[in-house]
Amino acid sequence: MISIDLRGWKRAFLFLLPYLIGLFVFILGPFLASFIISFEKWDLFTPPSFVGFLNYTRLIHDPLFWKSLLNTFYFAFTAVPGGIAIALFFAILMNNNLRGIKFFRALYFMPVFTPMIAVAMVWNWLYEPQYGLINTLLSYIGINGPDWLGSEKWAMLSIVIMSIWKGFGYSMIIYLAALQDIPQAYYEVADIEGATPIQKFTHVTFPLLTPITFFLVVMNIITSMQVFDQMYVMTRGGPNDATLTVVYYLYKNGFVYFKMGYASSIAWALFFITFIFTLIQLKLQKKWVLTNERT
Amino acid sequence: MRELKKNHLVKTIFIYLILGLGAIWMILPFLWMFLSSFKDQNSIFTYPPQWLPTVWHFENYLNVWKVVPMGRWFLNSIIVASLATFGNIFGSSLAAYAFAKIKFAGNKPLFLILLGTMMVPYQVIVIPMFLLMKHLGWVNTLKPLFIPYFTGSAFGIFLLRQFIIQLPDELFDAAKIDGAGDGIIFSKIVFPLIKPALSTLGLFTFIGSWNDLFNPLIYLYDKDKYTIALGLTYFQGQYSGSWHYLMTGSVIAVLPIVIVFFFTQKYFIKGIKLSGIKF
Repeated sequence: MISIDLRGWKRAFLFLLPYLIGLFVFILGPFLASFIISFEKWDLFTPPSFVGFLNYTRLIHDPLFWKSLLNTFYFAFTAVPGGIAIALFFAILMNNNLRGIKFFRALYFMPVFTPMIAVAMVWNWLYEPQYGLINTLLSYIGINGPDWLGSEKWAMLSIVIMSIWKGFGYSMIIYLAALQDIPQAYYEVADIEGATPIQKFTHVTFPLLTPITFFLVVMNIITSMQVFDQMYVMTRGGPNDATLTVVYYLYKNGFVYFKMGYASSIAWALFFITFIFTLIQLKLQKKWVLTNERT
Repeated sequence: MRELKKNHLVKTIFIYLILGLGAIWMILPFLWMFLSSFKDQNSIFTYPPQWLPTVWHFENYLNVWKVVPMGRWFLNSIIVASLATFGNIFGSSLAAYAFAKIKFAGNKPLFLILLGTMMVPYQVIVIPMFLLMKHLGWVNTLKPLFIPYFTGSAFGIFLLRQFIIQLPDELFDAAKIDGAGDGIIFSKIVFPLIKPALSTLGLFTFIGSWNDLFNPLIYLYDKDKYTIALGLTYFQGQYSGSWHYLMTGSVIAVLPIVIVFFFTQKYFIKGIKLSGIKF
């Protein structure tokens, strides 16, 4: 038995070597180190010193950390449902055999892959309060547009709108694939029963898409917990920390103030939150498999 | 019957109308970026904004290379993204072959660990990563931006394993009977057969690396070492308000991606379906 195992490794070892090096040096090692550093005080210039739970107790009493967490949740719980609703809407429209659909699909999908920095910059220009296009268009219908990115009240919402625009194409592609898997027969039966298009949506399409919807919601919320780029480009976390996110706060502590220990404790708070959402997803995935079997 | 046809027509027009409005919404920022990049300071700040530049300032595209080292940034991005892509294909395909077709003790548990590592946000490990790179003397070089890719990525291994596992075993048995070892099987049989999957992975890696802002931000200090994504943020700080220049820079950063995207979008869609649904 053992000899067979060894033979397997003899064959596999060289193939796995790069990955194993990466796993230990670039993933598991840093993962463990990050945990250890979170119990230390370390500014890179003097040697690290062990401080126990100090970083974590400070974190719990740090109003700015809570603000960043709240901001991150605000972002996630507006941008994700908003993006998914729009994605579903357009996916249903595109699930028709019409000419030119591929063109529309490509167009809607394109911003997903364009660099955030460039896209965020043009939105900055669109949001410009005096000469920007958005406020100009609003003024034509008699609305005096706000200072989008410059006001605490509107800054995060402005970033959310931009992020929905940039990202919904991803969910749309997944919805499109799922819609194409729904057997046509269901709709034929619905037609015979005299169902209206809205009834078809609420009784056939939407229920059948529920597993995908849950998947997209949780998946997108997990990635939204790590949001940083658009805040860095559009507002630098401001005004008055109104768009400071958890990762932004981590970045500031680690790479601007060089508080390695404190930044690591933020990293572990982020890991903990992500872990909870991952557990939710695993639970839902099991459910999803069951629904698939039933249908 | 005619009623049905009429209904169908109304529906079609309705769909095109909505999709058309959506298309305007999607294209407008890009169009505005493109048009603004040909304006000058004065025509940028006019009220109401003009759609078309009164004079097309094509020289913006020449000037922008002079006021900041845009050429250097562009080149750095090409170097980093190409090496990252090559590295990821190299590391991931090797490991994917072992996971898919070699029976070794601990194959399944190791693969579960791999899946588990996908759940760890990068930011959780970024601080020790930075310290490691600093220790190696790689900070303020391009190395941290592509060398880790040579060990493969969890996503890449996962994606390629899905493809390799589907290749029929008879193929491998036949090669083995002919005396081919794993090295030959991998390079002569597997590698050519999974080219579509490699293209997908390659594109994802290239674009991910090209668009990456976080890593260049923490690793690069000298202006000449910046990638285009980081360079643009620097540019933004130096020329805030010079929207025409910023838009020119943005067009330069976006254009390669848009061109690549339109020629290869089927690989993107394939990649998203595979990675999205099968997770």
